[in-house]
Amino acid sequence: MSAVNATTENLNDLLSGEDIAPTPQVSTAAAPTRRTPYFETESGKRLVENALTLFRNAIPPLLGMLLFVGLWGLISHSIKNIPGPYETWISAVELFSDPFYNNGPNDQGIGWNILNSLYRVGMGFGAAALVGIPLGFMVGRFDFLNRMLSPIISILRPVSPLAWLPIGLLVLQKAEPASIWVIFISSIWPMVLNTAAGVQRIPQDYLNIARVLNLSEFKVFTRILFPAVLPYVLTGVRLSIGVAWLVIVAAEMLTGGVGIGFWVWDEWNNLNVAHIIIAIFVVGIVGLLLEQGLMLLAKRFSYE
Amino acid sequence: MQSYVQIENAGMVFSTKKGKFTALTDINLNVEQGEFIALIGHSGCGKSTLLNLVAGLLDATDGVLLLANKEIKGPGPERSVVFQNHSLLPWLTAFENVHLAVEKVFGGSESKAQLKARTSAALELVGLTHAATKLPGEISGGMKQRVGIARALAMEPKVLLMDEPFGALDALTRAHLQDELMKIVAATQSTVIMVTHDVDEAVLLSNRIVMMTNGPAATIGEILSVDLPRPRDRLQLAHDPRYHALRSQVLEFLYSRQMRPKEAA
Repeated sequence: MSAVNATTENLNDLLSGEDIAPTPQVSTAAAPTRRTPYFETESGKRLVENALTLFRNAIPPLLGMLLFVGLWGLISHSIKNIPGPYETWISAVELFSDPFYNNGPNDQGIGWNILNSLYRVGMGFGAAALVGIPLGFMVGRFDFLNRMLSPIISILRPVSPLAWLPIGLLVLQKAEPASIWVIFISSIWPMVLNTAAGVQRIPQDYLNIARVLNLSEFKVFTRILFPAVLPYVLTGVRLSIGVAWLVIVAAEMLTGGVGIGFWVWDEWNNLNVAHIIIAIFVVGIVGLLLEQGLMLLAKRFSYE
Repeated sequence: MQSYVQIENAGMVFSTKKGKFTALTDINLNVEQGEFIALIGHSGCGKSTLLNLVAGLLDATDGVLLLANKEIKGPGPERSVVFQNHSLLPWLTAFENVHLAVEKVFGGSESKAQLKARTSAALELVGLTHAATKLPGEISGGMKQRVGIARALAMEPKVLLMDEPFGALDALTRAHLQDELMKIVAATQSTVIMVTHDVDEAVLLSNRIVMMTNGPAATIGEILSVDLPRPRDRLQLAHDPRYHALRSQVLEFLYSRQMRPKEAA
């Protein structure tokens, strides 16, 4: 018992940052002048408070993860072919210990697969942004164009992304540009529609200001239209990148090549289920990171 | 002597889906230079429409509007507007909001330093030098409205148009800004047309109160001259029988002769 007390005291000394060497105390109660323990000082209380808040905030997500892993374990226990959390973890450690090996086109490290998928998403999504955002501005600004394009957009928007793949393969002849084309066509709509909605929703007051001041078209665009529409554009961008990342896995399954989607299919052919589960997590985490990154960007540009 | 602002037989007919709607008809009003005019009437009587006609944000369907003997065609910085909801651009600081206007009006003829000096002077006029670098989202409603006034005044307009500028503010802030506006107008000798629905505000601030009949097809019902001496002090006026007489005349017009129509929202 006294040994335990002594260690806590030592810890307190360390935490309070004093240089005095901790004198071994047999009993705390015996000491004539008892220094205030660190956890009763102001900063100590704050530390405890923060730790408790962190703890309280961390409990629900941790519990959720635990429940998830538990359920997974249970399922893997009853279904023979599904690897459990532990096996998957071992497999993942092995996989991520060498992410950038290259044994020819059909056997590359997980890192290469992710980067290749991100490259395709970047190309398709970038092209969609270059076309979609200006198009959205024009659709929002000119009612004629809006009425001209809205039936086409309404018909094309709900089309499943992969339905575009044969057209891409036919026209572009190669798998790589065809999958970029699929990303392009499926991620362009949220950007067009959100940008157009943003332009249409610019408060009349701002446009009245522009009229009273007689601002030039250039000033109207840079000082009023662009900043007013930017939050809408970023919402569109965020939705688009989500769609693009969803679509890439499916597109790569069909087109092949190096990429996370093809990798999933390849591991299915190898019947390496642990790798498929790892791929699911990787896709989820990368998607989350992309979305969160853009959320941060959007927050940076929101002005109210 | 020629009037500064002349409105002759002006009328405004809106084409709506339900057919034509006559908002204003037969408006005749002359405003002298340096005069403060209050437009008062029930909601929907077209007083804001009349202000927008002078601003050029709307084009009159009948009659003519002249400013300094020139026909008003479209909006322009010589008729600057203070909007009810301040209408500052939320992504620009108070300084930048005012500077945008200054740059537009004087950018062709003055140096950058002069433009900045003008902007600072306008903010100083409304007592907001300390808030110059703040965004509209970071300052109070009263301060935003003052930036709006600074922006309008910085353009050195021939006429300052105000559309219920203090309508959205609490009573104390409103009184404070009214006092400031009186000082600013006295100092700058501005010609002002202000839309209001506040009887006390109209009597306190204006030289003449233009009272409008109810719409549709609203027109000017009566014009009341406010011959109270300036500078005016709201506390002294509170005990002044002339002030109360004027106030009751406006109230009499609004609530006895132009009773708010039942169907009006």
